[in-house]
Amino acid sequence: MSDFTELWPPIRLTLELATVTTIVLLLVGTPIAWWLARSKARWKEAVAAVVALPLVLPPTVLGFYLLIALGPEGPGGWIAGLFGGRSLAFTFEGLVIGSVIYSLPFVVQPIRNAFESFGERPLEVAATLRASPWDAFWSVAVPLARPGFITGAVLGFAHTVGEFGVVLMIGGNIPGETKVLSVAIYDYVETLRWTEANILAGGMLVFAFVVILSTMVLQKRTERSES
Amino acid sequence: MLISLYLLRSSNWILLSVGAVLAAIASSACHAEVVRVAVAANFTEAAKEIGAQFEVQSGHAVVFSFGSTGQIYAQITQGAPFDVFLAADQVRPKRAVQDGYAVPDTRFTYATGRIALFSQDSEMVKGERTLERSPFAKLAIANPVTAPYGSAAIETMKALGVYKALEDKIVQGGNIAQAYQFVATGNAELGFVALSQVAQHHAGSRWLVPESFHSVIAQDTVLLNRGANNNAARAFMTFLKGPAARAVKEKFGYGAGDSP
Repeated sequence: MSDFTELWPPIRLTLELATVTTIVLLLVGTPIAWWLARSKARWKEAVAAVVALPLVLPPTVLGFYLLIALGPEGPGGWIAGLFGGRSLAFTFEGLVIGSVIYSLPFVVQPIRNAFESFGERPLEVAATLRASPWDAFWSVAVPLARPGFITGAVLGFAHTVGEFGVVLMIGGNIPGETKVLSVAIYDYVETLRWTEANILAGGMLVFAFVVILSTMVLQKRTERSES
Repeated sequence: MLISLYLLRSSNWILLSVGAVLAAIASSACHAEVVRVAVAANFTEAAKEIGAQFEVQSGHAVVFSFGSTGQIYAQITQGAPFDVFLAADQVRPKRAVQDGYAVPDTRFTYATGRIALFSQDSEMVKGERTLERSPFAKLAIANPVTAPYGSAAIETMKALGVYKALEDKIVQGGNIAQAYQFVATGNAELGFVALSQVAQHHAGSRWLVPESFHSVIAQDTVLLNRGANNNAARAFMTFLKGPAARAVKEKFGYGAGDSP
């Protein structure tokens, strides 16, 4: 029996990355979803299309542009310069930026749908009761959109766990920093260590199944409670 | 009317040219066959050039698939349709024979690789003391566990006595192509790349690592079971040993391996 303790660091790193990414995604995605749901601007669908781009683009396109954007010639290099570095590639922070962009549509779309589903009426009622827009957002819109937030968070988390191409291209495979689960599996397959690859890949399979099943059950339940 | 006339004429042309090509193929080699070759990524450019010359000379056709040695091997074990395997190491071709995926006694070293310390910055790399002196944040290498070019880089740093000091600055590309990518995009100031990647252009600065600093990067080829009865596959492997292929290898910075 070989030693499996080396399987743990990539798992832990992946969970950390997915957690931080999900938090950032909720903070960034909620205002975007709100604006997309409420705005009357004609060009809002263009913004929605930009948000949805990662659904269609291969990870190599994102990875390639990110590698340049995070590097010394791009904005990432400028930000890294503030902290004495020269590139955001090969860092945990760089992976968070990449993951946020990559998983954005999975969070924005469900939240936007949820905001749109209850229409103008509840907010108008809140306004006649003299709730400020800010107050109405927190005490009316957010609770009503709760299923959307849960679905968005679960999908954003799961999609980040399942990320591979972008991380491979900007990560640099540094243990504990950028060597995530999917990259570890790739390495095990490359080096013919199929037992380890099997354990991690099998775990991912079960994880993905549980996530998808629970989102479906959740959705069914909210549909039922609404009707 | 005019358009349909035009279409009619152009479709005639297409038929004519298809016929001409078929006739040419039929006459050039009555026994023309197709050989499918899986090639390790670092040998991509050299393989394309060797393949083009081989096609002209033999009349056979070559179809290349490029990938990392480990990926290709994994695919071969699952029945991938390749006739010849050009690996980046000796381990996988040996194993292919052992595990019964390749024809015994067909394995040989088709090339030996060299590594170079390379930077986009024309002032950065100055000989073997570069790593002791230059200030830099990241040094790119290929994954030493999967790529011989990566383990050669580690051996070189150990030989220079700088490995311990540099360990935290190392970033790994999945293969040697990616290590080069990290340097080319400036995300790493310098890196150990394959000589073949920088042999054809002259920008930046480099130090060709002497072969005494690391174990030989021997790249082996082997005839796979699928290609056992394919004349084109055997012809390609013979061509790979010959003088024409040798010239291409030298041009790209490879040693000739077992070629006479």
